[in-house]
Amino acid sequence: MANEKEPVSRVLGIGQIEPEVSGSSRINVGQTERILSAAGGSLLLAYGLRKGTLGGLLLAVAGGSLIYRGASGYCPLNNAIGRNTAEPGEVTGSIEIARSLTINKPRAEVYAYWRQLENLPRFMFHLKEVKQYDPKHSHWVAQVADGKLAKALGTVEWDAQIVEEVENERLVWKSVEGASVDNAGEVRFIDAPGNQGTEVHATIQYRPPAGGLGSAVMKLFNPAFKEMIKQDLRRFKQLMETGEIATIEGQSSGRKAEPDTSGQPSSPNAPTDEKHESLML
Amino acid sequence: MKALCYNGVGDLRTERVPDPTILNPKDAIIRVIYSSVCGSDLHLLNGYIPAMREGDIIGHEFMGEVIEIGSDVKKLKRGDKVIVGSIIACGECQYCQNQTHSLCDNTNPHAWMLEKAFGDTAAGIFGYSHLFGGYAGSHADFIRVPFADQGAFLVPEGIPDESAVFASDAVPTGFMAADMADIVPGDVVAVWGCGGVGQMAMQTAWLKGASRVIAIDREPNRLQAARQHSKAETLDFSKVDIQEALREMTGGRGPDRCIDCVGMEAVSNGFAYYYDKAKQYVRLENDRPIVLRDAIMACRKGGTVSIVGVYSGFVDSIPMGAAMNKALTFKMGQQHSQKYIPILLEHMQKGELDPSFLFTHKMSLDDGMKGYDLFNKKETMRVVFAPGGAA
Repeated sequence: MANEKEPVSRVLGIGQIEPEVSGSSRINVGQTERILSAAGGSLLLAYGLRKGTLGGLLLAVAGGSLIYRGASGYCPLNNAIGRNTAEPGEVTGSIEIARSLTINKPRAEVYAYWRQLENLPRFMFHLKEVKQYDPKHSHWVAQVADGKLAKALGTVEWDAQIVEEVENERLVWKSVEGASVDNAGEVRFIDAPGNQGTEVHATIQYRPPAGGLGSAVMKLFNPAFKEMIKQDLRRFKQLMETGEIATIEGQSSGRKAEPDTSGQPSSPNAPTDEKHESLML
Repeated sequence: MKALCYNGVGDLRTERVPDPTILNPKDAIIRVIYSSVCGSDLHLLNGYIPAMREGDIIGHEFMGEVIEIGSDVKKLKRGDKVIVGSIIACGECQYCQNQTHSLCDNTNPHAWMLEKAFGDTAAGIFGYSHLFGGYAGSHADFIRVPFADQGAFLVPEGIPDESAVFASDAVPTGFMAADMADIVPGDVVAVWGCGGVGQMAMQTAWLKGASRVIAIDREPNRLQAARQHSKAETLDFSKVDIQEALREMTGGRGPDRCIDCVGMEAVSNGFAYYYDKAKQYVRLENDRPIVLRDAIMACRKGGTVSIVGVYSGFVDSIPMGAAMNKALTFKMGQQHSQKYIPILLEHMQKGELDPSFLFTHKMSLDDGMKGYDLFNKKETMRVVFAPGGAA
């Protein structure tokens, strides 16, 4: 930890906004129970898989969920029946993503577009839908992954509320109790010096859903998330400045099987293709 | 339609591909009349620019006829005959509004690649690898042109198509090279590279008031063209010591303005060439900065080095001590098509700039590979493809 760099939010003078602790980021299984769960789970999994029968498979599945319980410290059953064997106050640490971009448009215009939360999926391709219940409360649906993996994993949904709002300046939100990924964030809108438009500073905090192990895994993905937020902002900028999002999806090439030739402009599939290309660099 | 596709290093094939369609409201579809090869394509073909994919259509210097426009295209209409700049720019971002269109923030769908490679994105370029957006190029029957109102310019009265095609890239790049070089009347200007871009830099240097223009290359036909069409004195670097020659020709001062129109695949007859070639081969260095080193060493104290030859990555053994202690100014960049094309079209109309002699070979798309082989051997100024078999 000693050589870890401090979060960018501190450089920017934005206070850390801690997401609520609820749902899966709450540790509700005690240390001893976690070790027992993990050990027992491993035995069941190994035994179940070796048997190779339907019964064996069920045992393996049960073993798997015990391993998850042990590794994450989160038990949905405990949560449901209100049982908590963990020391009070044990929560998973949150991870911060901070990204900024300058948009050559007046601050009020940029703010107004963002504040209409239903607009966000137009440039945040991982979001499927945002619905505003009322000025403060909204419902969010996100796609966990792209392509085939998306079908298997499905979507993540949560409710969020705006906890602070200063018109044309800043917007702070938190996910509400029971979110599948506890998250919070702030977007600041600042006049860029020299009439260069508006600086948009987005800071997002989230708690990895699966305890210590989850945290390690999520950290591996964090650069990709950072990249995703940056590209979301970039598409936001393109949309605000030019009214369209640059794309080559659906264009002609000599490749035999193009993934998508429907001519759909800038569909959410575009970033998938880009990710594959990143392997080439 | 037919298109010339990249299939690997040194491997181009003419293939049947789907016709382009309008993908965004500001797009137009152009029927390509002429599409020229460019020296920077050779960097792609020779494998010095990463992020090319099999099947990519190459080509970025072209003119043609508008056959379809998107719902948000205001200035162009069907049937317009246009020159399209090689750089794709939105016209709305801070960089475009400052007339630095090749720095456009908004036209590269693969912005993240350049953010990683260069620290920020740059404008998309037609047919110029996925680093620059992965846009399909112009060596094809048709091409989709994003932000068409910004990048397409009507071919003015009196300029034949055979000249107009070079207003897309070679002329604006050479023009910008001389424009950036801060030439004031009386200056001695040295230009490395006598291809299309170099020739246009020489012609523009005269327009800016240069008193002498010295051209450097080793290809006899190109040196001949520099003398004949661009009124330059010429130096053959395979025959003379360039440093010594430039110094003696300028009374010991060195040229006031030095322009690099060669870039990362420079050649020389000396040790430096093999040093850099070997480093490139084992990927220790992307670029061979032989011309850049030469320009820095030759430039007079307080002079300007202007760079439009393309570099893509890292270079080494740059004589930074010479640059610093001689107080040189460096200016560089990809050309700003949208800024320069309207200006240079006026010069072309008045006959002050004339790129027509660059058009040395006309070929069909089917001869794509042959055309590039010919061009790569520098036995031609420019090979121009005529997809529709333009008369």
